[in-house]
Amino acid sequence: MEERTCSCNSHNNAGNKTCYCSTEKIVPFRNEIPAATSTLTVADHWDHLNARLGFRRMKHTVQPGLYRIGNPTPESMVFVSANYTLSFDALRSSLTGYDAYILVIDTKGINVWCAAGKGTFGTGEIVSRIQKTDLSTIVSHRNIIIPQLGAPGVSAHEVAQRSGFTVRYGPVRATDIPRFLKTRTITPAMREVTFSLRDRLVLIPVELVHILKFAIPAILLSGILVSWDLSYRILLAIIAGTILFPMLMPYLPTKDFSTKGFFLGWIIFLPCAVGTLLSQNGDMIIRAGMALAELLVFPAVVAYLALNFTGSTPFASRSGVKKEIHRYIRPMAGLFLGGVLLSAGMGILSLVIIS
Amino acid sequence: MNRWNSYLENTLIYDPNQCVNCGRCIEVCPHRVFISGSGSVVLDKKEACMECGACERNCPVSAIQVDSGVGCAYAMIRGAFTGKEECGCGDGGSSGCCT
Repeated sequence: MEERTCSCNSHNNAGNKTCYCSTEKIVPFRNEIPAATSTLTVADHWDHLNARLGFRRMKHTVQPGLYRIGNPTPESMVFVSANYTLSFDALRSSLTGYDAYILVIDTKGINVWCAAGKGTFGTGEIVSRIQKTDLSTIVSHRNIIIPQLGAPGVSAHEVAQRSGFTVRYGPVRATDIPRFLKTRTITPAMREVTFSLRDRLVLIPVELVHILKFAIPAILLSGILVSWDLSYRILLAIIAGTILFPMLMPYLPTKDFSTKGFFLGWIIFLPCAVGTLLSQNGDMIIRAGMALAELLVFPAVVAYLALNFTGSTPFASRSGVKKEIHRYIRPMAGLFLGGVLLSAGMGILSLVIIS
Repeated sequence: MNRWNSYLENTLIYDPNQCVNCGRCIEVCPHRVFISGSGSVVLDKKEACMECGACERNCPVSAIQVDSGVGCAYAMIRGAFTGKEECGCGDGGSSGCCT
């Protein structure tokens, strides 16, 4: 690579720049590179909590640019990250005790994998960020480590062609970085994405916050206008679809999200339906009709919420999800509407019987 | 099994004749779809492909093709109504899609 380093001074009186080149290898002003700590503060954790709850959704950003961890030398490794706090913080906290650089690229505050899917974590942004930060004058080697989940947006050979930097894909999880740095190898297990109970649990709050915006008015209105029994069942369907489903997903039968959701819905609402059937409210025929309506409406709601979980998983393909929508949306809508009409009919019938 | 599994087929196409055996696809795939072979990489678990597109983009000889996209029902259903198919992430207070 280039040995000569050129720089330009500010304008002279004539409005021209004075430039000079040096053939000596200049020592970069590494102190000017902002330092990032590898320990997370209370403020960082507060930010993570907000991000996990979906609050101030687009505000969890990091200023793009080059950062240093510890006291890196020109030989130190360069890790690329997104300008989303959860991504950047996962990386820097896994570099405790190491000296390295972090190149934060502008992904508009979106995590690595999502941004890669959209192309904002991509070849063009990496190449231009390498140039903007003058990375080639700061490090002596020509290697960058990109998180593996950034690969859908990055073309490694194109980055090499356009920037001169060779791409090595790091492990999927930042927590595997210390092991990678020790062994310098990445095992197949470190390359594979998983969806553990913990991974699924951390997704629950943001889904719940999102759905509660619509659910709270629905629960209150149904309680006031119809009955609190109905409110309780709506709440139960939401808990089943957004809390129990992510937890139990791998253990529910069949492969499709919708059928797993239906199964969970029927298991949860069968006792409710039995309760309705055995209650003392009204005629046997009315109670049977209401119980059946419950088994039509609520499992369909749970199945719909389950289907909406596809986008949060790291394995549902677009072809598969398309097929699921095609297969199950109409049955879901049909069962739901059928149940609503049946319960309305039962309501009218009970009024007729009373009068 | 076929009956309740919509995920058996996908758009991944691999041409081993074009493969130069660089192993990039094995490196980037998060689901171990490809494994190493003697002359060329072997497509081992096609049904595990989630169509993220990482292999296609990192294949230097275009031996892999996949219609990549995000498998997010929320975005697709919303897209059917609003006319634009876009993942929820980054669009402001939408679902937790791909968080």
